[in-house]
Amino acid sequence: MNLYLQDFSKGILKENPIFRQLLGCCPTLAVTTLAVNGLGMGLAATAVLVCSNVVISSLRRFIPERIRIPCYIVVIATFVTVIDMLLKAFQPGLYNALGVFVPLIVVNCIILGRAEAFAGKRPVIRSLFDGLGMGLGFTLALLIISTIREIAGQGSFFGIQLFGAAFEPMQLFAAPSGAFIVMGLLLALTNIIYKRFSIE
Amino acid sequence: MEKILSMVFIFIFVENFVLQRFFGICPFLGVSRKMETATGMGMAVIFVMAIATLVTWLVQIYILDPFGLQYLQVVTFILIIAGLVQMVETVLRKISPTLYQGLGIFLPLITTNCAVLAVALLAVRQGFNLVESLVFAIAAAVGFTMALLIMAGIRERLELADTPGPMRGSAITLITAGILSLAFMGFKGMLTL
Repeated sequence: MNLYLQDFSKGILKENPIFRQLLGCCPTLAVTTLAVNGLGMGLAATAVLVCSNVVISSLRRFIPERIRIPCYIVVIATFVTVIDMLLKAFQPGLYNALGVFVPLIVVNCIILGRAEAFAGKRPVIRSLFDGLGMGLGFTLALLIISTIREIAGQGSFFGIQLFGAAFEPMQLFAAPSGAFIVMGLLLALTNIIYKRFSIE
Repeated sequence: MEKILSMVFIFIFVENFVLQRFFGICPFLGVSRKMETATGMGMAVIFVMAIATLVTWLVQIYILDPFGLQYLQVVTFILIIAGLVQMVETVLRKISPTLYQGLGIFLPLITTNCAVLAVALLAVRQGFNLVESLVFAIAAAVGFTMALLIMAGIRERLELADTPGPMRGSAITLITAGILSLAFMGFKGMLTL
């Protein structure tokens, strides 16, 4: 049980894919103008990651070593297609907001990275917890970045206006350059926090 | 002709793939440490992107669309790209060992470069014809290479700068990219497709 908890928690804190490993940056920067989009993207990627981790882990004895990467990619692409269709059918607003970044989950480095580094060698249940942890760590990072960008750039949080009509939104945070700057500052901040509390 | 020329300008400057559209951030952060590697990666991306877009466009129009297999788009495209990268690597090693020496180590990395898949998908989604898709792919790749080279130039100097401890490494790189992106915002609205 302890082992599972460890697999789960390391993705959120110790090995957070965004703040510690700097993986999967493209969607992190691109879709985080609104908190809703950040959360949606995070959950979509989590769903793909959990499913692909479980399937790859259960097939690990059957996948030949030399062609494992193409095999992983096919599994991941299949789940991405499923998520793509589900979003299109049930969440068309979110689907349009995320645009081409939904199919691009397939080249998200986190997912292939976990398949290669974890799920390809370990039992199913552990891979499930690993996928869940990493996915939620990714979602959390996206939520933090998008919250900052939405509050500063639009003056709202999940679409609810926080300030009065006198509030002048800071365009920089909604613009692409704001994404880079917010993420750079957050990385510096997490570096300080991790050092202070010596989380390693 | 006018459309082609404006597309070149738009996808290199106005809608720069890295700095405005956020495609291919991983290689942008990963291989922009030295000018040499940045050049190698850039050339490899231009090469692969042009070929990949050409092939995926043909597959979409002549295989997926007529048979109603659009739902296989993501799976097909990523496999085509992965296969193509492998093929380019093998062919290059035989035909031009010098070019292979330069591009070799960057080729496998391109499979997971989201810019390549993004160009292939967007070319189809925007309804470009074959020539336009090819121009789009090359312009996007040139824009990517340009951003990579500018970044590499800055980072080579940044190495020598006295950055505060927690900002060192990726944090300062991202903030630099942010300022660079701010500069590119100046092109915004100059031309639209």
